[in-house]
Parts: sequence; C-alpha cells; structure tokens
Amino acid sequence: MALEHADVQRAAHLARLGLTDDEAARYVDDLGRILEMVDMLQGLDTEGVAPLAHPLDVTQRLRADEVTESDQRSCFQRCAPAVENGLYLVPRVVE
Amino acid sequence: MQWETVIGLEVHVQLATRSKIFSGASTAFGAEPNTQACAVDLGLPGVLPVLNEAAVAMAVEFGLAIHAEIPEVSVFDRKNYFYPDLPKGYQTSQMYQPIVGAGVVEITLEDGTTKPIRVHHAHLEEDAGKSLHEDFHGMTGVDLNRAGTPLLEIVSEPDMRSAKEAAAYLKAIHSIVTYLGISDGNMAEGSMRCDVNVSVRPKGQETFGTRAEIKNVNSFRFVERAIAFEVERQIELLEEGGKVVQETRLFDPERDETRSMRTKEEANDYRYFPCPDLLPVVLDKAYIDHLRDNLPELPAEKRARFENELGLSAYDASVLSATREMADYFDEVKDVCGDAKQAANWVQGELSGALNREGLAIKDSPVSARQLGELVARIIDGTINGKAAKQVFQALWNGQGSRADDVIEAQGLKQVTDTGAIETMIDQVIADSPAQVAQYRDAEPDKRGKMIGYFVGQVMKASRGTANPQQVNQLLKQKLDALC
Amino acid sequence: MHDKTLAELARSLEAGEFSSRELTQHLLGRIDRLDGKLNSFITVTYDQALAAADAADKARAAGEADLLTGLPLALKDIFCTQDIKTTAGSRMLDNFISPYDATVVEKLKAAGTVSLGKTNMDEFAMGSSNENSHYGAVKNPWDLTAVPGGSSGGSAAAVAAGLVPAAIGTDTGGSIRQPAAFCGITGLKPTYGRVSRYGMIAYASSLDQAGPMARSAEDCALLLGAMAGHDLRDSTCVARGVPDYTEELDTPLAGLKIGLPREYFGDGLDPQVEAAVRDAIKVYESLGASVREVSLPHTHYAIPAYYVIAPAEASSNLSRYDGVRFGHRCANPADLIDLYKRSRAEGFGDEVKRRILIGTHTLSEGFFDAYYKKAQQVRRLIRQDFLDAFEEVDVLMGPASPTPAFDLGAKKDPVSMYLQDIYTIAINLAGIPGMSVPAGFAGSRPIGLQILGSHFTEARLLNVAHQFQQATDWHRQRPAFAEENA
Repeated sequence: MALEHADVQRAAHLARLGLTDDEAARYVDDLGRILEMVDMLQGLDTEGVAPLAHPLDVTQRLRADEVTESDQRSCFQRCAPAVENGLYLVPRVVE
Repeated sequence: MQWETVIGLEVHVQLATRSKIFSGASTAFGAEPNTQACAVDLGLPGVLPVLNEAAVAMAVEFGLAIHAEIPEVSVFDRKNYFYPDLPKGYQTSQMYQPIVGAGVVEITLEDGTTKPIRVHHAHLEEDAGKSLHEDFHGMTGVDLNRAGTPLLEIVSEPDMRSAKEAAAYLKAIHSIVTYLGISDGNMAEGSMRCDVNVSVRPKGQETFGTRAEIKNVNSFRFVERAIAFEVERQIELLEEGGKVVQETRLFDPERDETRSMRTKEEANDYRYFPCPDLLPVVLDKAYIDHLRDNLPELPAEKRARFENELGLSAYDASVLSATREMADYFDEVKDVCGDAKQAANWVQGELSGALNREGLAIKDSPVSARQLGELVARIIDGTINGKAAKQVFQALWNGQGSRADDVIEAQGLKQVTDTGAIETMIDQVIADSPAQVAQYRDAEPDKRGKMIGYFVGQVMKASRGTANPQQVNQLLKQKLDALC
Repeated sequence: MHDKTLAELARSLEAGEFSSRELTQHLLGRIDRLDGKLNSFITVTYDQALAAADAADKARAAGEADLLTGLPLALKDIFCTQDIKTTAGSRMLDNFISPYDATVVEKLKAAGTVSLGKTNMDEFAMGSSNENSHYGAVKNPWDLTAVPGGSSGGSAAAVAAGLVPAAIGTDTGGSIRQPAAFCGITGLKPTYGRVSRYGMIAYASSLDQAGPMARSAEDCALLLGAMAGHDLRDSTCVARGVPDYTEELDTPLAGLKIGLPREYFGDGLDPQVEAAVRDAIKVYESLGASVREVSLPHTHYAIPAYYVIAPAEASSNLSRYDGVRFGHRCANPADLIDLYKRSRAEGFGDEVKRRILIGTHTLSEGFFDAYYKKAQQVRRLIRQDFLDAFEEVDVLMGPASPTPAFDLGAKKDPVSMYLQDIYTIAINLAGIPGMSVPAGFAGSRPIGLQILGSHFTEARLLNVAHQFQQATDWHRQRPAFAEENA
C-alpha cells in the first residue's frame, strides 16, 4: 500500500506532531520503506486465525472497589508546566 | 406530507462506585480541583489501569435488568484523540466486545400503554475531566477529578417515534439504574447525560433519514424540548427542499434551540484498538447467576406485586413504586405494621403531605419507615385511635421521641378501652351536664342521635382523646337512654 | 572490586572485606572517571546511593542483611524513580522528576540494593544502537567506535565497563538481549507478565518486559528473584509464585534437548557469529545435551508484524506527552493545537516520531484490518511456532544478533536497523523468556548466544546458562577499557 504525502500529513495531524514540509517529505520516504517491509504480511494466509492481543492466555483480574489513593496534587503538580488554583492551564479551548 | 420522527438515545450513566474504574482514587463529587486525580488518572508516565470489580458488577446488573445477553468475554479498547480533559490521549472504552449485549427496556406512555425499546448494547468506559473556561488570563483550566469515573453507555436502537417516548425511555433508564442502586441518577451533577440522535422521514418510508446528533442533553425536560425543536427544524428544512446534514448539534436551553457545533473538527478517526494494558474480561456463569440472584426487585415487578399481591389500587401501586426510595419506604412500613392498605394510606396521606409541605425528599424524612410502621401498628391493634395517631406522627416528625410507643406513653395517648373507666367518665359528664341531659330527654327520639355528639365530645375531652370513640358512643347511648 | 559478580560481592560484604559504602564510593569514582567516554549514565544519584549504602551497612551490622543487601546496581532511565529525574532518554521528559517509584524499583530497594543512577537508553526504548538518545550515543566499552546495542545500551555498557556490577533493562524486541550480546554480558528477558510493568515507561505494552543484565547467569537469577512477582497495579502481571531461581543452577544438563531453529542460521548471519554459536553448542553437547534442528516457519514475518504492533501501541502510549500535565511544553503556544504540535515536535526525536507516525497510520480508518488485525493473526502463528518447537525440545539456541556490534553511525536507514532484531523480536511477540550469554568474540567485539525457553521456564534457562558459564570463561572477559583506566 503506497504512502502519499497526504497520508503522512494526516497521521501527523492525528498524532498532533508538528512537521515541516521537509520533514514530512523525509518521512514519506522512511515510512514508505517501512510499510513496504510490513506489506510482506499480506502474502501470508491468515484465514481463520484469531488475532492475538496478549502473549499469555490470561484474563483480567478485578480490583476491589476501595479508595486507596489520597490527595497528592501538590506533589503531582510540581512537574506541571502551568497550573493555577490547582488547575492545569492550557490555551483557551473554544467550544 | 406526513412526517415520522425516529429517535435513538445514547445514555451515559455514572456508576456509583466508591473508586474510579481503573484506579483507587475517590469518585466523590465536588472536591477541590485535581485532588482526586491520582497518578493513574493523570496518565503519568508508567502507570497502568486495573479494573474495578464493582463497575463490572453494576454493568452486568443493568444488563440483567433489561434482559440482555451478557457475553462471556468483553474487551476494552482505546479510543484515541487529543483533548485537554483526556489525560492519556485516549479514552478506555469498549468498541467491539461490550460487556452488555442486546436487551429491551419497556416504557410506559402517558395513556398507560407500554412499548418495548430495544437496547443495542451497553459498554463500560472512563469519564473525562472537565475544562473550565472562566478567565485564567485567557487560558482554560483543567480539572481531572472526574477523569476515570466509571460510565455505562447505554445505546438504544432507533425505536422511539416521539419526544415523549424519548423522555419516557430516559425515565425508564433512570428508574432502572436508581432501583439497582448502580447510579445516583443525579442529572444536575451530570450523573446521567445523554446524546440524542434525531431524524425524520416521510411516513411509510422504510429507510431512515439523515440524523443529527444532539450532544449532552442533561434533563428529562430538555430531551423533549431539544427533540421538539430539532424535529421541527428538520421538517422545515426538508419541506423547503433542503437537506439535513449529518452533524453534531448542541441544545441551548436558554434559547430553546439546537445549533450546529460547527467545530472545524475534521472527520474524526479514533483509531480504536484493544487496550494492551487490560486483559479480556471473562465472566463465568456462576458470577452472573450470583448477580442475577441478588438483583433487587425492579420497578415493573414492584408495581405488579403491589397491585396483585398486596391488593393496592393500580393508582396506589404506581405512585408507591415510582422511585425505589418510595417503594422501599412503603415496603418497610407495610412489613412493620403488617397491613398494606393502612401503610399505603399513611405513606401517601400524612407522610407525603408533610414532606410536600416542607419540600423534603422521602430519603430525608424525619420520620423513618420503621417509626411510621410502628405507629400504624398501634392503630391497627387499637392501642391508639386515629386522632391520637396524628398527634404521635406530629411528635415524631418534630423529634419529640424516637418511637411511637414512647410518645404514646409520654403523652398518655393510649386508647382507654376499659369499660369501667369509660363509664366513670360518662357518669361524671352526665352529672356535670344537667341542662343537656334534660334537653336530650325532652327531644324526639329521632333527634337524640345528633344530640349525643355533645356528650361524646365531653367524654373524649375528659379522656384527653384517648377513649375508644366507638365504646364511648355505645355506652353513652345506653346510659342516656336509661335516663329517658 | 569492580570486576566481581554480584554473588562474589555479596560474599565479600558478608565476610567484611569491604563495606557497601566503600564499594559504592569506589564505583561512583569509576563512573566519574570513566563515564565521560562511555556516556552510559543519564543521572548519577550520588547522595541517594551513599545513603542507601549506609543503610545497608547498618542493616548488615544489625544482622538483618539479605542476599542482595548493599549490592550496587543501575536502573535504565525508563523506570520511574521517586524524586529522581526519569527521562526515558527523551527531551520530552528532561524536566520530569517522577513523583513515584516503579514496582521494580520498590522491590529492588526493599531487597536492600543500592542504585547508583539511571542509565542511558534509546529514546522511549526505540532503537537497537543507543544512538537515539536525547542524551547522546553510548559507546561500547570493548570498542569505543562501536555501538553498545539498544535500547538498554547504557545498562549494558556500564556493566561491561565495570562501572556497576549489574543493571536493570527492558526488552520490547531485543533491548536486553542484543546489548548484552554486544557488550559481552549476560541478560535475561523474562516471560511477559513475570515482572511488573507498573512505573516502567511504556513503549509497547503487550511486548515490554523488564529484566536483569549482569556478569553471570547466577547474578541474573539473584536479581530476577528480587524483581519478579505479582503486582496488583499491573493487570498483565501474572499471579504466580516466584521460585528461588538459584536453586536449579547446578542441575546437570545431561539429557537436555536443544533445538536449533533452522531460520536462525540463514542468510545474513555473520560467519564469526555463527562459528561462535556452533562452538557453544558443542560445549553443550560435551555437557550431555542432545541437539537437533527445528523450524520456526514464521520467523521472517516477525519483524513486519512487530513493526505494526509495537508502533501502534506506542502511538497511543505516547499520546499522554502533550505538554499539559508534565514534560516538555513549547514556549508561547498560540492555541491548543499549536501547544500539542510544537511540544511534541520539539520533545520527541526522529525515531520516536517515525514510529508514532507509522502506528497512527496503520491504526487509522481503512488500514486497521490490513495491518493491525493481520499482524495480530501473524502474532498467533509466531507464538504457535514456539509452542510447537517446545513440544520437541527443552530450549532453543541461536545467535542473539546476526552480527557483532556495528560501528557508531553505520546504520542510517531505519529498515536496516530494524532487521538487526531478526532473532530477538519474535520472542517478545510470543511472550517467552530469552537470554543472551557471552560466547566468544569477533575481533574485539563480543558475541552473544541466545537461549530461549517456553513460558515461565526462567529457572531452566538460568540453569542452562549457568552450566555453560561453569564450562567456559567468556563471561569473565573484561574490556581493556575497564582495566587500563582503573
């Protein structure tokens, strides 16, 4: 499946990665070759094979419904880029 | 042209767990911003989710309540998008294998008829945080306390045909989740929110029209109003030869209209894939059976039992089963006093009247169901009469005593049924009322019945209301007639 | 002191030959003098290390010392360490002081070990050469013009250079085994789910696993015992008892059935590497093992499947680095989208962006079935290859890497770099445990023998590796770099 410049720009936008046109051009090339390698999978017949999401056939363990965490806001916000009154600040979101 | 409205609802119900769906942080409402957002909720590097058992149990209970199939395996997926209130850059949800399969909710319309609404599925997911747009120097503030609160998203089939049906469906869901105790159902606090899909089509047409999705409608009333506006807008548009655009719209309750969100939101691509940090949830039959066996009685069952087994009128049964709090209260009064009709009368009469006067919800009633039950029991066993009972109720309401028996004792309200004691009081009243006795004696026998009221009043007064009125009547009549 | 294995150091500490403080000071001194040339550490935690060493010495004096008490080690900078900078080799986290400890870190602390600091790595563990670090490339102590391997290159180089006796790494597609091979040390990637991932910065969640990197199989056994075990904070960590991994080390190998996967000895395998591996197999035969050829028919699909699954998971795992709650934030964002795009463009390096883009693309609408679903189906076939092979043999052996360490800057093309992991990557897809054990040299550059077992057979793998190390001294070789500068 060939990769176009627009595909890279679209992925970059979905992933919120700012790319210059030069970078995007370079990635078209890189990603194109990676996908070419990946396309080898298409040659393998996997009809009827169930997808495997986890290497072990184990199931989800459930946690008891208990409050185990206490307020650590000041500790957690020490590494935050911008906070005020306990809120994380971001550029104004227009709704 | 005749138009038909087609409506489907996606209802998000916040589940009433103590802790979050994937972390041990509290879900309590109203805390200081970000004080209930733990490392997992914040999506700090390296953290991992672990699923809350209660959220699973609540989802399954809902499924059982709507007679849905509960698949053995369900899987969590990631829905990827960027937003400041979505800390990890993805919402953990269930796209392909939800925890609750297809089911049915029965709605009751205003004319008393019922209609089944199919539920396509219900799935578990985590709630996002909140963005606060008050002015922080032109910035938006993000509070992640709500992030990770468990949600059950209930997706209906497009089975509703009017705003009224949609509101009835939402009420039915509300009633089920509050009966199950899996949500507080508090719409003002956002515990229940809904997205409404609305389309119209010429009556008789098979295929659906293009739908608009109205986001985040958060009251029963708004659902009706939003749909009413939207239906009118779409019909008008189509009749003028226009086309309905598939889009997301917002309901503005102040202007009573829906409007396009018009975000430059390019077609979203959420890139769902199975969450590798969570394993398949496998529910065995024993677990599901255990939950089924412990399901509380649901509204429809309760109404039927009140009517059929307790012999209440259809009206009483529906009023008393309207909310779980009301039904539970009534059930307890009935169990304590042992008489369903008396219990129903008191709950709907004295109690509801007092609650209404003070604007209180039944869960905040100063008189508990046990207290009221014990009070009604004393009427039934003849310990007090109806008049005294109202006095006792008032005393309990005002907190003067904690049990009916104590109030009866303290205020000396015990009904006097001892014939000798009543006769003594009657003799005294007759002795103190020579003029009235003379009038009675002189009256035509058929007028005497009316005149006896005076004597009854005096005896009751002398007994401070505690004498058994039937006995008083009967004995007075004997004694007065003996004087004639 | 800096030459010894953990087991030997433990005996010396117990015998009172030196204290944990003296050992720690000695090693911190070596890091100061030597690491300028290697760049194997991102952060050296002098004060915390000495405090932990003192506490260990005190515990020993009080008769409360455990097996690992007072033993120094280093942590790959992918493990969250409370109050200590935790970068994952990325500019994105250059300012991130973790508010909490990873479970592995907690467990190693509880065992009494002394962490000297955080080792360099490929950014977010994406790489096979350690050239993708924001903090610069790491050099291979055997040859400063060679790469140490990746992504746990700093851990491997530090152990090989005698800066620390052992280090903890992580392995998503070979990131413990390949650098262990390139640096001539012993490394173990445990079964997926054996060690908690909580607090280990995620690259690809269904593949990542932490493991020990040390100078002997015995040391790996000691460390795994301390690291492994159930963790209520990690849903994928299995509830399964942790055996004493040292118990079986001395079990004789007579009767051991070794399988040689045909596909691991094909085109592209460096002849010197093949010769060293075949020599190692002969040693095993002399120890009583039998050898037969087996086939893992889907081997060549492992790299393509991996480069769908790992980037897909990574693209999602790395979305949390958005400049809002922690990590790099661009200056003066014009609006929200600008905040996201510039923070992430500035914070992430080239390889990370490449994998985010690949993962985003393959998960997007219209491509999901062809890529992601297909790769997961192939993943099942790959796992089945191993399960089938382990019906016939006890362990599989082959090279850990097709070549010895390559030169710094030699692999400019991403795909040729990816192909380096041909022998290691399938193991992560299958979730089985694997080790790399020193087995010779190509000139000055070490060669690693890879040993693979079925799920949860770590004790057997360690036994097999230990017996080899009783019969050979490849693992006792030290680079001249460590000696002449001492």
